[in-house]
Amino acid sequence: MSRLIKLALLFPLAAMLAGCNAVVLAPAGDIAAQQRDLILIATFLMLLIIIPVLALVVIFARKYRQGNEHADYQPDWDHSTHLELVIWAAPLAIIICLGAVTWVGTHLLDPYRQLGRIAPGQPVTADMTPLEVEVVALDWKWLFIYPQYNIASVNELVAPVDRPISFTLTSSTVMNSFYIPALAGQIYAMPGMQTRLHAVVNQPGSYKGFSANYSGHGFSGMHFEFRGTDTAGFDQWVTDVRGADAQLDRKLYLELEKPTERVPVTHFAGVENGLYTAIVNMCVELDKMCMSEMMSIDDRGGLGLAGVDNIAPALYGGGTRNRSALGPQKTYVAALCSVDEAIAMTAKLPALSAPKPAMVTGVGLSPPSLLQSPAAAAAMSWLAGQTASLATTSAASTL
Amino acid sequence: MNNQFWTFIFGRLTWEALPLHEPILVVTFIVVALGGLALVAALTYFKLWKYLWTEWFTSVDHKKIGIMYMVLGLVMLLRGFSDAIMMRLQQAMAFGGSEGYLNAHHYDQVFTAHGVIMIFFVAMPLITGFMNYVVPLQIGARDVSFPFLNNFSFWMTAGGAVLIMMSLFVGEFAQTGWLAYPPLSGIEYSPASGVDYYIWGLQVAGVGTTLSGVNLIATIVKMRAPGMGMMKMPVFTWTSLCTNVLIVASFPVLTAVLTLLALDRYVGTNFFTNDFGGNPMMYVNLIWIWGHPEVYILILPCFGIFSEVASTFSGKRLFGYTSMVYATVVITILSYLVWLHHFFTMGSGASVNSFFGITTMIISIPTGAKIFNWLFTMYKGRIRFELPMMWLIAFMITFTIGGMTGVLLAVPPADFVLHNSLFLVAHFHNVIIGGVLFGIFAGINYWWPKAFGYKLNQFWGKLSFWFWIVGFWLAFAPLYVLGLMGVTRRLRTFDDPSLQIWFIIAGIGAAVIALGIAAMIIQFAVSILGKNKDWDTTGDPWDARTLEWATSSPPPSYNFAFTPVIHDNDAWADMKKRNAQRPVEGFRAIHMPRNTWAGIVLAGLSVALGFALIWYMWWLAVLSFVAILAVAIFHTFNYDRDFYIPAEDVVATETARTQLLGAGK
Amino acid sequence: MSTKPQTAEGEAIAFYDLDPHEHPAHASTTLGFWLYLMSDCLIFATLFAIYGVLGGNFAAGPSPADLFNLPLVAVSTTALLLSSITYGFAMLEMEQDKQGTTQLWLAITGLLGAVFLGLTLYEFYHMIHEGAVPQRSAFLSSFFVLVGTHALHVTFGIIWLLTLMIQIGQRGLVPANQVRVQCLSMFWHFLDVIWIGVFTVVYLMGMLR
Repeated sequence: MSRLIKLALLFPLAAMLAGCNAVVLAPAGDIAAQQRDLILIATFLMLLIIIPVLALVVIFARKYRQGNEHADYQPDWDHSTHLELVIWAAPLAIIICLGAVTWVGTHLLDPYRQLGRIAPGQPVTADMTPLEVEVVALDWKWLFIYPQYNIASVNELVAPVDRPISFTLTSSTVMNSFYIPALAGQIYAMPGMQTRLHAVVNQPGSYKGFSANYSGHGFSGMHFEFRGTDTAGFDQWVTDVRGADAQLDRKLYLELEKPTERVPVTHFAGVENGLYTAIVNMCVELDKMCMSEMMSIDDRGGLGLAGVDNIAPALYGGGTRNRSALGPQKTYVAALCSVDEAIAMTAKLPALSAPKPAMVTGVGLSPPSLLQSPAAAAAMSWLAGQTASLATTSAASTL
Repeated sequence: MNNQFWTFIFGRLTWEALPLHEPILVVTFIVVALGGLALVAALTYFKLWKYLWTEWFTSVDHKKIGIMYMVLGLVMLLRGFSDAIMMRLQQAMAFGGSEGYLNAHHYDQVFTAHGVIMIFFVAMPLITGFMNYVVPLQIGARDVSFPFLNNFSFWMTAGGAVLIMMSLFVGEFAQTGWLAYPPLSGIEYSPASGVDYYIWGLQVAGVGTTLSGVNLIATIVKMRAPGMGMMKMPVFTWTSLCTNVLIVASFPVLTAVLTLLALDRYVGTNFFTNDFGGNPMMYVNLIWIWGHPEVYILILPCFGIFSEVASTFSGKRLFGYTSMVYATVVITILSYLVWLHHFFTMGSGASVNSFFGITTMIISIPTGAKIFNWLFTMYKGRIRFELPMMWLIAFMITFTIGGMTGVLLAVPPADFVLHNSLFLVAHFHNVIIGGVLFGIFAGINYWWPKAFGYKLNQFWGKLSFWFWIVGFWLAFAPLYVLGLMGVTRRLRTFDDPSLQIWFIIAGIGAAVIALGIAAMIIQFAVSILGKNKDWDTTGDPWDARTLEWATSSPPPSYNFAFTPVIHDNDAWADMKKRNAQRPVEGFRAIHMPRNTWAGIVLAGLSVALGFALIWYMWWLAVLSFVAILAVAIFHTFNYDRDFYIPAEDVVATETARTQLLGAGK
Repeated sequence: MSTKPQTAEGEAIAFYDLDPHEHPAHASTTLGFWLYLMSDCLIFATLFAIYGVLGGNFAAGPSPADLFNLPLVAVSTTALLLSSITYGFAMLEMEQDKQGTTQLWLAITGLLGAVFLGLTLYEFYHMIHEGAVPQRSAFLSSFFVLVGTHALHVTFGIIWLLTLMIQIGQRGLVPANQVRVQCLSMFWHFLDVIWIGVFTVVYLMGMLR
């Protein structure tokens, strides 16, 4: 039933977009496909009321035109309780359906949530180790760190098909949005903060990825290739990357971080221990205090008046950039402890520990019983499929 | 030493700040300068300066201020639209390795300026113009509560526009997107003058907008004609009231947040910086707490215009007045509970996202009720397809579709794939052009005869209408498609050649819209200069229903010689139906506010202050700030702020109208 | 011409107010000013929200406990609260049309306001002298801006008060001046209310934190 409706919905759209590659409507990953389904369901639910309204506008405009002397004319008719009830209740009913779909869909497709399935009817099993990718948005290129393989690449992301991918994202300077339309919806990458995204690619191929949030002059060139390959292909790629000359350490990272545009694909055969953690905590520069350290100091009430002098002039990055007109020279808070201590401290940062799978409160909602329309049925059966696959989530392995 | 002296005088303003090396800008500047010189020469030759100064610039008459707002909005529409055409051209060209004709430095300014200008200096002045012109007339008042403040508000808005326009030729504009998210808009990543133009342009205009909001609320609450209870107010007045409540309750947040951004940039505080515990996402939250109500600030008065148009041209009472009013109030309140839907992708968590998604959807219920109310106003009416009614029909169809895509974007998982895409761009143009702009055009065609005494030319009006409709769909339907193809906004160049055709179609659409704008300018010109004017001697050319049509066209400076007494929410229709007689004798002297120079001078000084701050000319900043204080204090020593229009003048004006009415019969 | 419109009872219906009464001058001034105050209140609400979010971000620098001098703040708070009372006395005198004593109470109010302002500036000076500058941390940024915005309002209040005293001296307690005194009174009490919020949220809760 639901499949039929989906097809029926897809048909006119597909016909309209036949000439172009509407990747949002025909993605290659399960998450993006579910998001597409939500778009279709929501569109269908709204069309239930939009189409009659549009038709009525045309019909009324024609029928009650001045030239039509036969039409009824009641200049003082301005109220009807029945009609009022309908015009408030009809949109309300649609919004109740849509609201229920939204609540459940938002929880199920929460980007922070670990995958319960890799495709319809294919739950994630215990032996599937999610591929971890640490994503850093730089000015204006993307850095991908593979901690499980201790490699990194710039502007190239490769993942095996049908293996869950677990992204953690941050940014070096300004806000960006990490978006691969074929794979899954976007999520912001922000400096000093970390966001997460879980996704899976089902069809091998090459897809576009880019920043979907304007981030400055080089924004238009800030795109990369995302490749879904089979496991052998992925292993081959890992081997290739390991053959690269460069090792990504702090010093090289600080070079890489400087603004550049349209950077070609670059591979790094190794990554310095704790680099990503240092990036998230904005303390790649060794003498700069990590945010995690700062936050734990602040939790204990700061460093007192003595702390006012614990600043150093920003020599890296910030130092070359302009300072405020009336303010002091650009500075930052100096580190108190050694690098190793800082890393040990950041490891304890709650935001960076493995997330627990959140409870889906949405599933606790019983479906509204008054929904008898085919659209609601379609939505419900779709949701039922989601719920079933959800049961396996807890069995999914966590790293 | 010498160098230090010049740095002291001009701050960071140097010859390099003038875009002398940019041929496009130099030519633009020459054209603007020549046009400006020609205008100045013409005004001088025809000795119009004194007339403009005494009758317009210093006027406190809400009608004249309203018209000045409209002129400002329409002039800025041309600037904002040039930006749009430039973007469309760039995006249609920059394929297959081509860089197009704009580099990033310019293109990024163009899209930022387009958004800022269209929202703050086109849509806002146009709706404020309508509210200024129409609300006092609709409630039977002689002016607004604070006429001087009204003049001041207008000039502050115009001052903000002047600052933004200056950025075209002196320095540069922001390259941050129209909301200037930090850290990108911080001093580290945007060190040049652009963001400072943005900040001070909006701050100066924001003062005007907030005070105008205060003014109109007080006017509507305090100055309604006898008998006009809240539930007898015309719907446009209701929507204006709600809009001004939104203005007063949201613009202070914008003022505060831009001040903090300015402090970060000027003093080096750490509100929205990456270091020292600052939090850029706080800015994003706060700016949208202003930004979302802002879109309802724009659309609500247009809903009001359409309500007036629907009942007038259907020859019928508005269907469901009460539910219309409640729908407006509900939208007003709900507009504060949805701001987070602009950044679902920030990672707030599923429960927060669902909450804001669902509140957003709930807004579509009262909005839907409004659409139905207009629909049933047409039902069993006698619809005259005059231009305002045509815009109403176009609005109902366009806006409904735009509303649908809006609700779609309110579903968070759908937003994850559509956020920041051209689908989003198409959506908000669909509601802002299809709702706000169409409403403004309906209003211009509807109220023009009231303001000037004759109807606008139909032929050019219809031509403009069709160009706009066709152009709009040609320009924005491709953007929906591109959004579904995963194309994001604000891109300057493209690699995928299959996208180009859609951008070319969109470019053609923009060109057709340009024809629509041209036709509209010709419509105004033909109507103003044409000899065979469709003069309105009755003051009521459309057989309309609300009080502004009870007085002459254009209305006398005092609006009503005797204040009308209201018995019904369609007050004028009620008076016509029950054959109310216009009094023809017993006129008295009328108490009116006096014109004042203080508004334009204060706004001029504010522009100087803004300019000084943008270029770090600290002496000028201090000087102009002290001057603002001094002028404001000096102005308070003027107690002679009103005068009486002598009874004989009133008699003369009203007798002329009596004759006109008699001749018209 | 037809007969005049009538109600069902046969009374003539008035469609125009033929015997208008002058609107009392400044009828909507107090409402308008109150609306302005509410918009100003929202600016403070935003600053409080900012302080609420950023107030704990000391950036490994000093915290409220290291910086605030509660006895000093208690004195300045007392001065400001007293100034509200003395403004109330000025209003009472104005109602009895006693220009001299009104001016006297207004002057005392201004003096108390100046004391408050002086103490705030001293506090700022002291903190900056110790290196706790607004740029040092998000907490200090939001502290200086919240308290500073309030102090700026008090400054404008004092300038307004002085202007008004000159105007009362020139023209006496004419209705236009009475409205101004009323508006300034609303402004002054408003600043008092805001200060109570600042005192509680910033100083008391800051010391407890």
